[in-house]
Amino acid sequence: MSGATLFEKIWQSHVVRSFGERSLIHIDRHLAHEGTSRNAFDGLRNRQRGIRSLELTFGVIDHDPSTLPGRNATTYEPSRERIGAMQENCRKFGLRLFDVNDPGQGIVHVIATEHGIVLPGMTVVCGDSHTATSGGVGAWGWGIGTTEVERVFATQTLLLPQPKTMRANFAGRVSDGVTPKDLILYLIGRHGVAIGTGYAVEYAGPAIRALSVEGRLTICNMSIEFGARSGMIAPDDVTIQFFEGRPYAPTGALWDRAVAYWRLLATADAAVFDREIDIDCSAVSPQVTWGTSPQEVIGIDERIPAPSEVIPERRAAAVQALGYMGLEPGTRMEGLPIDYAFIGSCTNSRLSDLKAAAAVIKGRKVPQTVTALVVPGSSQVKAAAEAIGLDRIFKDAGFQWRESGCSMCQTLGGDFVPPGRRCISTSNRNFEDRQGSKSRTHLASPAMVAAAAVHGRIVDVRRI
Amino acid sequence: MEKFTRLQGVAAPLMRANIDTGAIIAPIYMLSRSIDLGQKLFANWRYEQDGAEKPDFVLNQPRYRKSAILIAGPNFGCGSSREGAVWALMRFGIRCVIAPSFGEIFFSNACQNGLLPVTLDERQTCRLADTVIAAPDPIATVDLVRCTVTSPQGDEVSFKLAEDRRMSLIEGLDETSFILRHEHEIDAYQARLRIEQPWVFIGEGGRARN
Repeated sequence: MSGATLFEKIWQSHVVRSFGERSLIHIDRHLAHEGTSRNAFDGLRNRQRGIRSLELTFGVIDHDPSTLPGRNATTYEPSRERIGAMQENCRKFGLRLFDVNDPGQGIVHVIATEHGIVLPGMTVVCGDSHTATSGGVGAWGWGIGTTEVERVFATQTLLLPQPKTMRANFAGRVSDGVTPKDLILYLIGRHGVAIGTGYAVEYAGPAIRALSVEGRLTICNMSIEFGARSGMIAPDDVTIQFFEGRPYAPTGALWDRAVAYWRLLATADAAVFDREIDIDCSAVSPQVTWGTSPQEVIGIDERIPAPSEVIPERRAAAVQALGYMGLEPGTRMEGLPIDYAFIGSCTNSRLSDLKAAAAVIKGRKVPQTVTALVVPGSSQVKAAAEAIGLDRIFKDAGFQWRESGCSMCQTLGGDFVPPGRRCISTSNRNFEDRQGSKSRTHLASPAMVAAAAVHGRIVDVRRI
Repeated sequence: MEKFTRLQGVAAPLMRANIDTGAIIAPIYMLSRSIDLGQKLFANWRYEQDGAEKPDFVLNQPRYRKSAILIAGPNFGCGSSREGAVWALMRFGIRCVIAPSFGEIFFSNACQNGLLPVTLDERQTCRLADTVIAAPDPIATVDLVRCTVTSPQGDEVSFKLAEDRRMSLIEGLDETSFILRHEHEIDAYQARLRIEQPWVFIGEGGRARN
């Protein structure tokens, strides 16, 4: 495999056997959450099947619970049924569950790497489109539907066609104030929401190598926002250091063996991709979405384009988006008043995100017209943030400091943006109605969201 | 899974790009088994805040109320992996979606349930939508055996679908049962994995916490 890509190495080592167009692929880690697994458990029961590999399977409750301080499984009434079903199913099938009030609980894509459950070179699936997040540590992760959740429960495998490969090369100097979120939003804006469909993507280049693991997780998280089911970054010293001492990571002699294996995974110099795209990082400024698709994004120093200025394929959607968002072409994002600010989600809710957000709010207060939430990505992120006093900074500035969960990213757990209200958010989707019926979402980095929260309007984080 | 061979039925045009699975079925409607997913299909576009139908929305128009085929813009079913989007479409009565491209997870979910995703190019899709709108009876035919779509006027276009997907849909194959016939090969793979990468198996070797 001397000329193989990272993806091809992982693919080849996980083929149980091939069947013509498709191969039977072994799944090393299956993460199940309450939102997409209920019918899969029922399917197992109806067909009198069990979970084949319990030691490779983990359950977590993250989508549905309330994030109000001191919450439990029943705090938000509409979620009780589905949370209760997950607890019951995990008990009956003997599945390890990170339950609502477990200290290890958190958003599935945050705890997967935080605990060292997902390691480099592994295949990872979850009934969730943001499973590519784990690609940030050099695992191949992708989202699946509920039928496939049941299939992985029963067989620990999936029959898959081999995806094509794409490499996104990030070169050029990254300016101050520009974060991994800005880099990935910029890529999506340049290349569109469907360029990655059918591809396993690898992010590479000096700007990617320079990122921390948490920054890499943010990049890979949004792969699905340009159509790619998976996106990954080759493991290196940064990755290996990240896993040392994680609770589920190997130790002793086994750690050394694992590290030796991880070091073989990087894409060979001679490897060939089906497609390559280049991103010039020096051209990227802090990004903010103006429309209802992640590709409708501009730099904070740019103006919203008129529909006549966008490429023909995006024109009809742009007209629709401007109407929905209540915005006029030619408007700058800077200065736009906001009603809500949401810091959270599997994209940007890790400790470094919360630190970046806290750093821009010192000495300022959230105006009364703005509702601002910080929802840490996991209970451990929350505890770590509290240990260094971030919770006090946020609370003193007028932010709500919540328990971990998916929350306002997707109208869950009782957290939503009311009709017509404008929210700046660190999450990953600005679709119509995503954060609540008729809600208006602007995606941005944690620092940009925090700065907007305390100014009551969108500001350029580089000029405050 | 429900088999799919040939379908003749009302085709409704919903020519927006990037219709995401959350627009197809909002996440709150997945919380309880007591909710009728078919009734909540496209709820934010189909109903006013007070629950009244929006008469303009295509599926509320008398001629499209019993649609079995949906014609849509590119990247249909992007976004969340929720299979509820497929269940909601099927529960409403839709068995086929025709679009220039699909979100990958939705495409896979559709095939797993017997909802046929048909990919036509943008020009063909738009032309089909136009003929449906112009036709007195907006009835189209989709034939998976011949891989053709026939418009209300009788114009025929062909489409492609991976052969294994096509046969699974025609036969209503349960892929899990097929895989389980090869269980001994999974056993052998895992036995080898335990030797080559023992750290993959939690609780063996390196760590035993939890």
